[in-house]
Amino acid sequence: MTFERRIPMQAEVVNRVEESPTIFTLSLRLVDEQQHNNYRFAPGQFNMLYQYGVGEIPISIVGDPSEPYLLQHTIRTVGRVTRGFAKLKVGDRIGLRGPFGRGWPLDAVQGRDVLIVTGGLGCAPVVPVINHVLHRRGQVGRIAILQGVKHSEDFIWRERYEQWDAEPDTQILLAADVSGPNWKGFTGRVTALFDKLDIDFANSITMMCGPELMMISAARLLLERGVSPAMIWFSMERNMQCAVGHCGHCQYAEKFICRDGPVFPYHEIRHLLGVRGF
Amino acid sequence: MTQHAFLPRHKFDDLLAQLRQSGYRTLGPVLRDGAIVYTDIAAVEDLPAGVTVNAQPGAFRATPGDSPRLFAWANGPQALKPVVFKPVETLWQAQPGAGGELEFSAAVPIDEPVAVLGARACDLAALKLQDRHFLNGEYRDPCYMQRRRQLFLVAVNCTHPASTCFCASTGDGPGASRGYDLLLDELDDGFIVAAGSDRGAQIAAALCLQDATDAQRREADEAVQRAAAQQTRSIPPGDLHDPLLARRDHGRWLEVAERCLACGNCTQVCPTCFCNSEHDENFLDRDGSVHVRQWDSCFTAGHSYIHGMVIRSETRHRYRQWLTHKLGSWHRQYGRSGCVGCGRCIVWCPVGIDITEEVRAVLENIDDF
Repeated sequence: MTFERRIPMQAEVVNRVEESPTIFTLSLRLVDEQQHNNYRFAPGQFNMLYQYGVGEIPISIVGDPSEPYLLQHTIRTVGRVTRGFAKLKVGDRIGLRGPFGRGWPLDAVQGRDVLIVTGGLGCAPVVPVINHVLHRRGQVGRIAILQGVKHSEDFIWRERYEQWDAEPDTQILLAADVSGPNWKGFTGRVTALFDKLDIDFANSITMMCGPELMMISAARLLLERGVSPAMIWFSMERNMQCAVGHCGHCQYAEKFICRDGPVFPYHEIRHLLGVRGF
Repeated sequence: MTQHAFLPRHKFDDLLAQLRQSGYRTLGPVLRDGAIVYTDIAAVEDLPAGVTVNAQPGAFRATPGDSPRLFAWANGPQALKPVVFKPVETLWQAQPGAGGELEFSAAVPIDEPVAVLGARACDLAALKLQDRHFLNGEYRDPCYMQRRRQLFLVAVNCTHPASTCFCASTGDGPGASRGYDLLLDELDDGFIVAAGSDRGAQIAAALCLQDATDAQRREADEAVQRAAAQQTRSIPPGDLHDPLLARRDHGRWLEVAERCLACGNCTQVCPTCFCNSEHDENFLDRDGSVHVRQWDSCFTAGHSYIHGMVIRSETRHRYRQWLTHKLGSWHRQYGRSGCVGCGRCIVWCPVGIDITEEVRAVLENIDDF
């Protein structure tokens, strides 16, 4: 047992960015020098973050795996614990356990076109994977990023998307279910944009994050276009409390999402997708 | 070959004394508040001599009697689970410093070694399953491990199954075949004692007993065989994962949900259910906070809560989750069913829902049973 993953390490908030009225990004640094130096994560993994007097929650790791010392977590204020986290300031100390789980299949991007489909804040867990593929531009084919949001005001990281858009052979498609006055993207479901995708589906890999129904619809469209079931990857979410496969909350039939996932290929979970109550 | 010794009834206290002398706190079955529970025992008088139990779906009645027998009943609501996997325990503590720094420290269990007297075959099988969950993965639970390592188990073969028992059909009882330090067979005038481990053999040797006779051993074996034959309930054999998942939309889930109170009793008395929740308790003087683990149940709304939504908002989904996990997903997770046939979920269900009946209803017309 790796003990430091069961007991939090001390981390300091070194930066805080207000992404939107309800979304913020914390940059963290492990206080202990040795822990700081030893920490490594894989894109798609998550940490358990603890705020003193408030509680502990799982948050996926944003940021660049080639710069593991700057741990970024983008959080949306939804419940009691995230409301507490929203009040954190630079210099505050919190607890961090991690990283946990299986990350994205980075080896499989080699020589393939890469499609990223995200919904809502779903983009966060794939940001490190986008950074990873953009750093290896020569080894991967075309890159397409499809991002859907509920309301155009929820769209964050405009600059980041503009930078990605400027990269060669990179296609960015944005969709908002409901759009405000300055929205330049598409208004409607993100899955309506699949016909605009300029990638070689037969030789592609897709990584998805966001609402399950969106990912299920997207998977159906991908299968219709000849994508192999082993090349369609989901990042799944369930209640997680221990992160080590013991507390039982994240069970998805026989899977423990915290340990066996959170990233799964379509063929491992196809029998469970969309079944209410699992 | 295992040695079978005979412990005369009047010398039973010698066994307790020997265990205590070896440093064990002794827990055993005690009749308390109308149920049989495992708690501290000082002498043989504490054990439920003569007590018989009538267990039915949703009903448990323990009746005193004149027989000298101590173990003439199958089980109470507790298994070995609370001895190793505590219902509530602190995992770690956070201490704030003057400058806003936080110090984290692990809670290390300081429990003394425990010997449990009267463990049943079903409970030994369940303990083995809990071991697989808490100890065999990449992460091994230090609290569980510490208690488990120093746990001494005196098993007693079951000769009085309740109407709700079905351990013979799961292959886990009524006789214990492994997982114990000492195994007892109760006869009218005493106990046959067999060791299942080195430390068990040491305790047995220290008792200076005569060998059991062939006739005594035959009588004990026949009693266990009768106990198996008496069982009327059963669970379909084999890996039920696929057939259960294939029937995930069966009408029976809704039907059982109309009776189920979603109280979670079944999960609390189940010797293999492992779900637990974690929460933080802040000291009132603001000088620290403990991170606490507590038994949870898949029948609560909080179990499947995720950012503002409950995945299993309806009772039919919670009952299905429990049953398909117990009898199906366990095969994928731990290589066998999560049910050991103790029947506790049937007895302690306030409305008497019977897992053996429900699984058959869901699997109606299945070819292979």
